[in-house]
Amino acid sequence: MSGPTTTMLPSANRTSIGARIRSYSLWIGAGIVLLILPVVFPSGTAHTTMCLMAIMIVFALSYNLLLGQTGMLSFGHAVYYGMAAFVTAHAMNWVVRNGAPIPLPLIPLVGGLAGLFFGIVFGSVSTKRGGTAFAMISLGLAELVASSSLVLRSFFGGDEGISTNRTKLLTMFGWDFGPQIQVYYLIAAWCLLCMILMYAITRTPLGRMCNAVRENPERVEFVGYNPQTVRFIAFSFAGLFAGIAGSLAAINFELATSGDVGIGRSGVVLLAAYIGGVGFFVGPILGAILVTLLSLRLSDVSEIWQLYFGLLFIGMIIFSPGGLSGLLMRHAPLWRGPLGIRLAGFGKLLLSYLIALIPALVMIAGAVLLVEMVHHVAQKTAEGPTMHFLRQNAWTIDTRSYTPWIAGIVMTIGGFYLFRMTWPIIERAWNDAAAQTRRGAV
Amino acid sequence: MTSAVELRGLEKRFGKTGIIRGVNLDVRPSERHAVIGPNGAGKSTLFNLISGRLVPSAGSIHLRGENITGLRPYEINRRGLSRSFQVTNIFPRLSVWENVRCAVLWSMGYKYSFWRNVDKLDDVRERTQQILEQINLIDRRQLPAGVLTYAEQRALEIGVTIAGGADIILLDEPTAGMSRSEAEHAVSLIRRISEGRTLIIIEHDMGVVFDLADRISVLVYGQIIATDQPAKIKANPMVQQAYLGATAA
Repeated sequence: MSGPTTTMLPSANRTSIGARIRSYSLWIGAGIVLLILPVVFPSGTAHTTMCLMAIMIVFALSYNLLLGQTGMLSFGHAVYYGMAAFVTAHAMNWVVRNGAPIPLPLIPLVGGLAGLFFGIVFGSVSTKRGGTAFAMISLGLAELVASSSLVLRSFFGGDEGISTNRTKLLTMFGWDFGPQIQVYYLIAAWCLLCMILMYAITRTPLGRMCNAVRENPERVEFVGYNPQTVRFIAFSFAGLFAGIAGSLAAINFELATSGDVGIGRSGVVLLAAYIGGVGFFVGPILGAILVTLLSLRLSDVSEIWQLYFGLLFIGMIIFSPGGLSGLLMRHAPLWRGPLGIRLAGFGKLLLSYLIALIPALVMIAGAVLLVEMVHHVAQKTAEGPTMHFLRQNAWTIDTRSYTPWIAGIVMTIGGFYLFRMTWPIIERAWNDAAAQTRRGAV
Repeated sequence: MTSAVELRGLEKRFGKTGIIRGVNLDVRPSERHAVIGPNGAGKSTLFNLISGRLVPSAGSIHLRGENITGLRPYEINRRGLSRSFQVTNIFPRLSVWENVRCAVLWSMGYKYSFWRNVDKLDDVRERTQQILEQINLIDRRQLPAGVLTYAEQRALEIGVTIAGGADIILLDEPTAGMSRSEAEHAVSLIRRISEGRTLIIIEHDMGVVFDLADRISVLVYGQIIATDQPAKIKANPMVQQAYLGATAA
């Protein structure tokens, strides 16, 4: 039995200077990447996408303080995100109205405090219990807030939400945060700061006890800790960082709507954390990037993108419960010994993955074709039998003809059959790589 | 002299069934006190009451003269009483090192600190290392606790129990399920760690009990029928009839 450890670094006692420099260099590297990304991808769409990713990273990491670190499954994490978004929008409007000398980059602090406040208020109720009871209370609170958002018009602004204008605050160094690129740097800076802080929390006595509560809350009581208090503090921190994420979203969209506190939003953050993998600190970061990309790109390509999204989630849970990061980290034991041996073993393994990928893609393409045709025939009779597939006019498919249906079925079944045949190849490559690593270690 | 642990009229009922039926017991400071008795006599329930896992139906529990009846387990632990479990109760997916360190943190005063890097706390590291050397698991410190052998997990269970520096230690069948040599090893470990501390131990192996204990209490059907030195317990006809005789038959 080898479960995931909690962080990407081994957890033993190491404070050597080398390790310290390595952990700092990781953050410096992350900072440089955030800095040059907009140069590498200079389009406006890319900047918008990266803003959404960075917001989602903060949100998903804050969620993982609960789920991955402390073992608390929340169905209502958007409450803290959304409430902070509304408080932020109101705060920005107040600053503009009163001409208060508060620049925009400090506004996420307000959101963070709002998230912390609601985290403390709701957390004092919901963290009394762990496990299923906590999950149910979180769902109840989410419903409560979501339904009040439709009633309390003065705070939530009804259907239109609360809009604001980020360019009207005190400008510094000529930055008025009109252009998306300026907003990107604001969001990226807060994202980096939050990542560092949340990682640091996992390395504190509190962070270690969160893991202990996740593993065995009863035993925690017999080493002097009150698991309720551990859960409560973790929950408050999760609220704080979710609040910062919500605040960044309000700044980005110049708008807070009832969707921000909704169940849907709570679901997305759960998906992002889970798809990325809750067992490692990097997991939710990967998940946030992937989920943001998919929800933007897939919705361009297909109307029923949420179906594919759901399938991905189910597939991930069945085949890789550790998520993306778990999948990647499973390769870590192979990455040992002399570099030559590592590369040789990995080369073969990657080749076997490529071999498996080809039939897998055929299978997926066939299944997608069938699903889209069924959707077209069932839902869009008005458009006639001709389906436009992939970016409107790239492909035209006549759903009355047998050919595309047969092609879809053959591709799906045949692809699966061939894909199934590649599994032993992967297994052999894996075993070879593992054996080589063992030999290299001896 | 104040007793380390003092039980007065202690009762625990589940529904109408009395599991602990009026237990009086004084455990002296720094003694090694064994609790023996047939299966189902209520030994583990007694431990659960003393350590706060269960709340007594009646009676009182005093720790060095302080009434701790009805306190939560962590409140009792903070007052210097620590226990192990009959079924290994550790943090299986955390490393051996983390297991012991989690048990060290509170007693070192770090509590819920979220502003200190745990890897840089030298006193915590030294204490953790010392405990791991004591229980002979220092070479296994990087492994997840769940992959240790059974005997190693039992040793870790003891390590987690003593790590917080409690001076009253309750061990629930620490050698159960061990081979002869493993049990001997465990007994010498228990002897070492209980030096200068109060030890209350539940044990089925009579060899271990008579070898280790200063005094023995015999629990039968939720009541203590005798508390005395090992030799006198052996000679006690009531005990022979109720317990020793029964197992010999």
